[in-house]
Amino acid sequence: MKKKEIPQDESFFTEEHGKELYYAVDEEGNYTTGLSSGWEAKTIALNNALEAIEERIADAKKRVLENKTSPIEYYMEVCKMEPPVLASYVGMWLWRVKRHFKPAVFKKLSQKTLEKYATAFDITVEQLKNVAP
Amino acid sequence: MKIDFEHKQSAHCENGVVSNLMKFNGHKISEPMVFGIGSGLLFCYIPFIKINYAPLITYRAMAGFIFNRFAKRVGVKIKREKFKDPKKAKERLDENLQKNNPVGLQVGVYNLVYFPDEYRFHFNAHNLVVYGKEEDTYLISDPVMQHVTTLTSKQLEKVRYAKGPFAPNGHMYYPISFPETLHLEKAIRKGIKHTCREMLAPVPIVGARGIKTVAKLIRKWPKKHGAKKANHYLGQIVRMQEEIGTGGGGFRYIYAAFLQEASGVLKNEALAVLSKEMTEIGDQWRDFALNASRIYKNRSVQEDAYNKVADELEAIGNREATFFGKLKRAI
Repeated sequence: MKKKEIPQDESFFTEEHGKELYYAVDEEGNYTTGLSSGWEAKTIALNNALEAIEERIADAKKRVLENKTSPIEYYMEVCKMEPPVLASYVGMWLWRVKRHFKPAVFKKLSQKTLEKYATAFDITVEQLKNVAP
Repeated sequence: MKIDFEHKQSAHCENGVVSNLMKFNGHKISEPMVFGIGSGLLFCYIPFIKINYAPLITYRAMAGFIFNRFAKRVGVKIKREKFKDPKKAKERLDENLQKNNPVGLQVGVYNLVYFPDEYRFHFNAHNLVVYGKEEDTYLISDPVMQHVTTLTSKQLEKVRYAKGPFAPNGHMYYPISFPETLHLEKAIRKGIKHTCREMLAPVPIVGARGIKTVAKLIRKWPKKHGAKKANHYLGQIVRMQEEIGTGGGGFRYIYAAFLQEASGVLKNEALAVLSKEMTEIGDQWRDFALNASRIYKNRSVQEDAYNKVADELEAIGNREATFFGKLKRAI
């Protein structure tokens, strides 16, 4: 890539974040660095991933309201977590976390356990118990 | 207090931290040099580890490996510390800052407040330098950012104690001893040989063979997984390849820069020629990413389109296979 070909497309990197560094060659073929504000191909890929997460969040919410899963799964998706990551944050075995996805089990959780989840999601226990439609 | 530390932006966080810490200690060494000597370049496809619900593909060596190899090959000693107790971690950090010693930290990205929200995933192998503290605020030099930034002690503790795969556990590191002069020649040869060995490994998921394996799989994805999942997988490849920190083209441009610099150090003209070829390979990776991104942008399921990007990827695999053979002979 030539230095003048470094893409300057729009991206999530705004003015306050600054720009990204690329390696590219100058006119004489010597390597140098240059800044990029973003690249279309990259932003499309990232948007694609974010959309997939949005879909997962919406799906989890729907299932919470249908009483098919517990709010824990919903907030896990909101926090872009996967079950092993969540298990690591709350310091529990993966199978226990997965069990807490069951609405009936969730209802019986102790205040202490609920607090652990609330802390991991950075919300209050009240918020954890109530998912607004 | 504020340590007189020069923040130099780099493409990749780990190389950048090493390069900047080396410079602080009086040894000028570029980011591509660290990357090349540390044998950072790689291609690896790990189908049984899923990241964000897609198979893991990496274009570089695992976090920590680059610095370790670099340090070993040039004779630098590094001290690494992890702490169970966040309080202890903070104390040790403050102690080092008191002693005018900037340190590298491994952190999680998800709670890194100065990153754009869209980039904040649960990725725990990010690196930055702390170079001072003013009251309750730490002065941060994050090598991938254009400018220096700050984090409060609470924010810093959160990222140092991020959880999940590769959890940092307060991991802190800094070089403690240096050789009189850095002898790069031998280190460069070792670094290149190692990279050639990995890229030519007789394993179907590593190096040039790994690239060809993925090309083959891409052809099957639309039928096997359906359009949505196939697009998601393809998107993941592009993201890993062009994520912040790669310097573009899945680290191929940084490697080309390294070969150019190495050609000067070793007085080996062949490396300069190979550097040019590596740049062309990087361009091919960029074209591949652009064409792949168009597929999922249009949400098309034409198998033709998948076959086309698979062809491109296969060509890259073949080219890298011959390239690293040539590089091995040139050194």
